[in-house]
Amino acid sequence: MRWRHRPSARDGAPRILVPFAGSLDQSVLDAAIRIARAEDAVLVPAYLLVVPLQYEEDSPLRDQVKLAMPLLEAVERAALKAGVPVDARIEKGRTLTHAVKRLWEVEDFDRIVAPAPPPGREGFTPKELTWLLTNSPTETVVLKPAA
Amino acid sequence: MAAGVGKTYRMLQEGRQAQEEGRDVVIGYLEPHERPETEAQARGMEVVPHLRAEHGGLELNEMDVDAVIRRAPELALVDELAHTNAPGMRNEKRYQDIDEILDTGIDVISTVNVQHLESLNDEVFELTGVRVRETFPDRILDEADEVVLVDLTPEALQERLRVGKVYRPDRAEAALLNFFTGENLSRLRELALREVAEDVESRRKHAVLDPLSQQAIAERVLALVEPQPKSQRIMRRAWRSAERLGAQMDAMWVRRPGYRLSHDEEISLAALRRLAVVLGAPFLEEEADDLVSAVRRVAYERGTTYVFVGTPDESRRREIFGGSLLSRMVRELPGIDIRVVANRADRPEPEP
Repeated sequence: MRWRHRPSARDGAPRILVPFAGSLDQSVLDAAIRIARAEDAVLVPAYLLVVPLQYEEDSPLRDQVKLAMPLLEAVERAALKAGVPVDARIEKGRTLTHAVKRLWEVEDFDRIVAPAPPPGREGFTPKELTWLLTNSPTETVVLKPAA
Repeated sequence: MAAGVGKTYRMLQEGRQAQEEGRDVVIGYLEPHERPETEAQARGMEVVPHLRAEHGGLELNEMDVDAVIRRAPELALVDELAHTNAPGMRNEKRYQDIDEILDTGIDVISTVNVQHLESLNDEVFELTGVRVRETFPDRILDEADEVVLVDLTPEALQERLRVGKVYRPDRAEAALLNFFTGENLSRLRELALREVAEDVESRRKHAVLDPLSQQAIAERVLALVEPQPKSQRIMRRAWRSAERLGAQMDAMWVRRPGYRLSHDEEISLAALRRLAVVLGAPFLEEEADDLVSAVRRVAYERGTTYVFVGTPDESRRREIFGGSLLSRMVRELPGIDIRVVANRADRPEPEP
C-alpha cells in the first residue's frame, strides 16, 4: 500500500479563490490546481449560491446546497490528491457577483481564478466577468474551459 | 444494482402479475437488449410503438410519451429510468417522461441501477473510478410508492456475463475486465442494499409510527468543528447524512478557556458560521476545558444521536498517555453513534 502525505494549509500561505456556480470544468479546475501548486498556495473553491429575492438573505438554501456538496467534495478531493491544501466555501448573495464580493470583503485572497462557463451553461456571464476584472481587490484571472 | 441483474425481467414479471389480476398493462418502453429470457417474458404483452429519432447518423428508439398517455392504461412499464433521450425529444430525460405519464393518472413501474442516483454520483466515482453521466434526482426515488431491490451476488452476475446472458461475448469480456469486476460489483451491491434499507426505514417511520414514537427515534446530528479548513468538510458530510436521515443538524465548536484565535483561525471560524447559516444549522460555541464532557452535556441536552468528528490530530504519545479522544468519546457517549470524517484523498492507492 502507498500513502500520500496530507497537505495542510500553513498560516499566512497565499490564498487563491476559485468562485464558481453550477459546475466547474475539469480543465479549469486542473489549471487552478496547477497555479495553486506553483505558488505554494491554499486553494479556496467557493460555490456561489444566489438567494432569490423572495427569500431573506440568511435563508437556508437546501436544494442549492444539495447540488453544491458533491461538487465541492470532488474539487476538494482533486486538489488534495494533487498535494494542494484546500479551504472550501459555500457563499451566497443576491447575485453571483454579490456573493463573491461578500467573500472578498471578509477574507483576504492573493489571486482570484474565475471560470468562464461555456455558452449556455450556468456560471458568470461575460458582464459579470468584466465586473469581476474591474472590481476585484486582487489579481484576477479568467479561465476559459478547454474547447 | 447493475446491468444484467434482471431488473427488466422483474419489471415484466410484475407487469404480468398485474395483468393477471385484471389490470390494463402496457409496455411503454422496453430496452432492446436481445436477451431471450427477457423477450420471452415480454411476449404477448401490448407494446406502445416507439418513436424513432436520428442522432449522429444512428437511428434511436425513444418512448412515445404522447402515445402512452393517449392509450391511457392503468399501468405502464418503462425500462431505464435514468436514460437520456435523443436530442429533439420533448424531455431531456426519461424520468421527466415518466413524470408526465404519472401526472395523467397512469401508474408506472420502471428500472434503474443504483449508480444513477444523483446523490450517490460522487460516492460511485470514488468507489469504482467510473463517473456516471446519466443521473436522476433523488426525489424520484423518494416519490416512488415502492422500491424493489433486484439483487444478485457479484459471482452470479459475472457468470451471467460469461455465458452471454447480459451482453454479446465480445462485449462481455471487456465488461468483466472493466466495470464488472468483483470489487466494483460488491461495492455497488452494498450501496444498493444500503439505499433500499434507508428507503424502507424512512417509509416505516413516516407510515407506521405515531408522532410520539417518531420523536423517540428521531435522529439528530452534531458536527464537531474547529476553526480549521477541514471542518468545512466535516460540516458538509454531517449535513448530507442528516439530510439522508431526515435529521436536524447542529454544529459545535468547543473553545478552551482563554484560547486566542490566530488570524487564519478567525477567518475559518467566520466561514464555518456562514456555512451553518446556509445549511440552516444552529452553530453552537461552548467554552470548556474538556471537549468530551462538553460534547456529552450538549448531546444529551439536544437529543443528539450521531456525532461527526474529524480525524483527530493527536500525537501517538498523547494517545498512549492520555487516552485517545475517540476512545473516550465512545466510552463516555453511550447510545450515540460516532462517525470519524476522513479525508477521502488519504485513501491508499491500490497496488499496481
